[in-house]
Amino acid sequence: MNMNSMLAGTLLAGLAASFAAPALAADSVYIQLPTYRTGPYAGSGIAIANGMSDYLKMINARDGGVNGVKIEFDECETGYDTQKGVECYEQAKAKNTLVFNPWSTGITLQVIPKSSVDKIPVLSMAYGLSAAADGTTFPWVFNPPDTYWDALSGIIKYIGEQEGGMENLDGKTIGYIFLDAGYGREPIPLLEDLASEYGFEVKQYPVAGKEMQNQSSQWLSVRRDRPDYMIMWGWGAMNPTAIKEAVKNRFDMSKFIGVWWAGGDDDARAGGAGAKGYKAISFNNVGADYPALQDIKKLVIDADNSETPESQLGENLYNKGVANAVYMVEAIRTAQEETGKTVINAEDMRVGLENLELDEARLEEIGLKGMISPMKITCKNHSGHNPIFVQEWDGEKYTPASDWFEPMTEKVTPILMEASKEYATSNAPWPEREEPCPE
Amino acid sequence: MDVLYTIFIDPFVQMAEAPDFLLQVVWEGFVAGILYALIALGFVLIYKASGVFNFAQGIMVVFAGLSLVGLHEMGVPALLALIMAIGVMAILAICIEKFVMRPLVGQPDIILLMATIGMTYFLIGLGEFIFGGEPKQMITEELGLPTGSTAFEMDNGGLVILQHIDIAAAVIALIMVGGLAVFFNRTRIGRALRAVADDHTAALSVGISLNQIWAIVWFAAGIVALATGIMWGARSDVSFALEIVALKALPVLILGGFTSIPGAVIGGLIIGIGEKIGEIYWGGLVGGGIESWLAYMIALIFLLFRPQGLFGEKIIERI
Amino acid sequence: MFYRETGQFKTSYTADQQIFPIRQDRIGVAIILAVALLVVPFVANEFVLSAIVIPFLVLALATIGLNILTGYAGQLSLGTGGFMGVGAYACYKLVTIFPDVNVIIHILLSGFFAAAVGVVFGLPSLRIKGLYLAVTTLAAQFFLEWCFIRIPWLYNYNPSAAIEVPGKTLFGVLITGPAASGVARYFVVLAIVIGMTLLMKNLIRGRIGRQWMMIRDMDIAAELMGVRPLIAKLSAFAVSSYICGVAGAMFVFFYLGASEPAVFSITLSFQILFMAIIGGLGSLVGSFFGAAFIWILPILLRVWLPAMGFDIGAEAIFQMAQIIIGALIIFFLIVEPHGLARLWAIGKEKLRVWPFPYA
Repeated sequence: MNMNSMLAGTLLAGLAASFAAPALAADSVYIQLPTYRTGPYAGSGIAIANGMSDYLKMINARDGGVNGVKIEFDECETGYDTQKGVECYEQAKAKNTLVFNPWSTGITLQVIPKSSVDKIPVLSMAYGLSAAADGTTFPWVFNPPDTYWDALSGIIKYIGEQEGGMENLDGKTIGYIFLDAGYGREPIPLLEDLASEYGFEVKQYPVAGKEMQNQSSQWLSVRRDRPDYMIMWGWGAMNPTAIKEAVKNRFDMSKFIGVWWAGGDDDARAGGAGAKGYKAISFNNVGADYPALQDIKKLVIDADNSETPESQLGENLYNKGVANAVYMVEAIRTAQEETGKTVINAEDMRVGLENLELDEARLEEIGLKGMISPMKITCKNHSGHNPIFVQEWDGEKYTPASDWFEPMTEKVTPILMEASKEYATSNAPWPEREEPCPE
Repeated sequence: MDVLYTIFIDPFVQMAEAPDFLLQVVWEGFVAGILYALIALGFVLIYKASGVFNFAQGIMVVFAGLSLVGLHEMGVPALLALIMAIGVMAILAICIEKFVMRPLVGQPDIILLMATIGMTYFLIGLGEFIFGGEPKQMITEELGLPTGSTAFEMDNGGLVILQHIDIAAAVIALIMVGGLAVFFNRTRIGRALRAVADDHTAALSVGISLNQIWAIVWFAAGIVALATGIMWGARSDVSFALEIVALKALPVLILGGFTSIPGAVIGGLIIGIGEKIGEIYWGGLVGGGIESWLAYMIALIFLLFRPQGLFGEKIIERI
Repeated sequence: MFYRETGQFKTSYTADQQIFPIRQDRIGVAIILAVALLVVPFVANEFVLSAIVIPFLVLALATIGLNILTGYAGQLSLGTGGFMGVGAYACYKLVTIFPDVNVIIHILLSGFFAAAVGVVFGLPSLRIKGLYLAVTTLAAQFFLEWCFIRIPWLYNYNPSAAIEVPGKTLFGVLITGPAASGVARYFVVLAIVIGMTLLMKNLIRGRIGRQWMMIRDMDIAAELMGVRPLIAKLSAFAVSSYICGVAGAMFVFFYLGASEPAVFSITLSFQILFMAIIGGLGSLVGSFFGAAFIWILPILLRVWLPAMGFDIGAEAIFQMAQIIIGALIIFFLIVEPHGLARLWAIGKEKLRVWPFPYA
């Protein structure tokens, strides 16, 4: 007994020691990347994890880091599981990560309240809580370049254009097939608002997480209801299954539009030739011809320092992972400029993210001009409602099917502000922003 | 009254108005039912011979499918990969028998059930370690399975679309059930199997090798798993998410009885067709998505009236 | 040699019936409590508290809940996750409806909602048992999961279908919400877990617990001896679900901090069933062992495998940990099917007679 408790004591002490902050070299910063290369959502998670880590490796190899400060990083496997997410977050916190990228709506919701207490910025690129775009309420959470509500409004806008004007949406039926979790549920309030405004009807087709690969009922219902358009909010194994079922049920693929997370190359490829014409809204272009991606190929993949198969380079989700890493690296750079330090900490990182601006010239320098649109985060607006466009699957790859266009920011902002106010009241006492935004 | 109308009358009106669609729903339910039945078949085989409720059947489906596709990706021709995948299942069966079943012989059911759940953990880890976690596309065409579909025009202008792969799945399932029935009833090993199922010790005393029989049974379940993996993989993808779908075999077993092969098939079809019709005609009333629990509820209600299942042996002790 | 009860005479029935009749056991428990109260909070850092110790305690409590049902009353259940969810959502609703009442009271009350749901889904146990009963509890699991996402009232119409934990205090100290310190949450969790465990220990030693065990060992004989199966089984479902519900509420309020319906999925049910079986069915101390094995070991593996020089990716470590856990589960089942608690008992027995092989 005695031995036992002593053992437990030493064990705990040892454990505590193993999570103490790692001794970093004086000129490096640490970022933890929570990723998922296992589990039912690995199909989407792997490409993103590869994109993020490859870009960071490339920056370290080519430039020796950001202004000479190396970025040390490691991955923490979450398996898209919220329990593991907490573990990764606590581990990241103990190791003084600069920024936390949850890569799961569930984990994002969990860490948002903690972020302001622990003073760790949360970067949830185009996912997570849409309301977090309100920088006055959520000073520590960032969801650039667009929120889910931007995505939905963009899709509706695009459908309106296809129909020859928003007024023609009147009387149309739009089907919404979604992963029945926080992620898929979030756009529904806006969808219903827009439906009553433009007079279209919404049909919902929820897909339970454990039934992702068994969607025949949903698509049979689609066949019965004959919606004019289908919108998909899917992730992981749900996407290829949905596209296959759509092909099988002879749904017109050109009227089937996914959110950006339903735009994986493997997702569309699963549908075979029939998937041609499938569309997804996007905030980034595909292809590996951008100078930065060529550098990744040269310095990381060809140097055999990566898990990425070469065919994956330039795919849609891979490039999204790269975009996420670009935002981090550029935020570090901005933070260095803003604070005058080279080795920054998490609080400086927040300043960097809040002043992040990528204009055409900067994107050209990075070597990603055209892959992502110019964007700007401000103190008040942590998302930016930046331009997006629609991609179309041509049977082999995604090609742009529209120009960059603005989402319906004027529709999104009011509902967003309301949601963020509601969040603050239901989480009372919600901490006030420490330093007010400059007017 | 409106509520009663929407629950008890309106769905039937819908069915009558669009018979082509009803036919399609029943067909989809039939195909899903066949797949449930295939998974349940794997459970039944093992339960019959060794009294083990094999929780790992779901992951065996994934593992078998992954081995096939993974080997093909490594450059093995499709048919050879198929044979090798069968080989993998054979090795797996022998290992399970040797390292799990044999040391645990005579333990209570729940311990054996736990051991199969332990196997599930092990196989998930191993499968992801070897083949990676990303979903893989089934090599349907390379295996010579039909793709494409046939559409039948109905009198009222509706369409009934039959996927060739679904028809193939039904045919293969039928062949497997027939083959297993012949195997159990006509061959020497089959008779030995039934003897083991009846009474382990008695079978041992007449010179039947328990170890050999168990290895064979697990191998047979492995082949059923491979067939399931191919069929389900062709419908969606081979990914670890499939493992959870396998839980659907439980209500199927309740309906069909744990020890009956025809019961597994008929139970599968009842669950498959029942949940599709329920979801499509009644699901909308409560917001849809009831498919995730409807099958269990059907099984639950069924249990209250007939605890031994449709074809099951009356093993349940009543209180 | 040290662990021997020679010379410890009991002079009253009360002394003979106490929970730890052997003095060395009492000393051991006192030391463990002292470590838990005085050492852990000061040695452990935030990571160890938030990611290891607190969830371990909560899951151990849930395992005790399942153990009541499966280990003591013999009714196999796969619906633990669902019952925990009922507790969590009930607690969330109580907190939003009565914000002025202390959160501890809410947590203790929320278990009653879980108990009510548990009794309803326990009704089939009057007619069926074994694996068949497992399927009915699976029905409960999936139906409850569906309710958590389909009844927006449960999560106050939150657009993300999530529940969030407001900051609440006890004696002026913040114990829930993001700003609550790990130590504060740890003490609250520890107090509830110790309290519940003591309560259960006494329940099991008493009349009702003995009835459960009789039903488990042979229901017909139990009935002949005057145990009413209806009362015994449903009370087991009620008590078990109550504990699970409290654990579920604590899981969200003291550990996760916010939750979505997917948290209370079938995976959680399996996790807890594992803990109960690996630890040892029908043993309270086993529940703690099982929870430690299933919860702490994978985390340690994930931390130590890279430290031991396996230079592989995060996901490979994850997979290796899973393979090792799977193999260990099978190994333990083969070596000792009655769980870690049995190993513990054997070890104690050996200590008692040491240095002789037999007493």
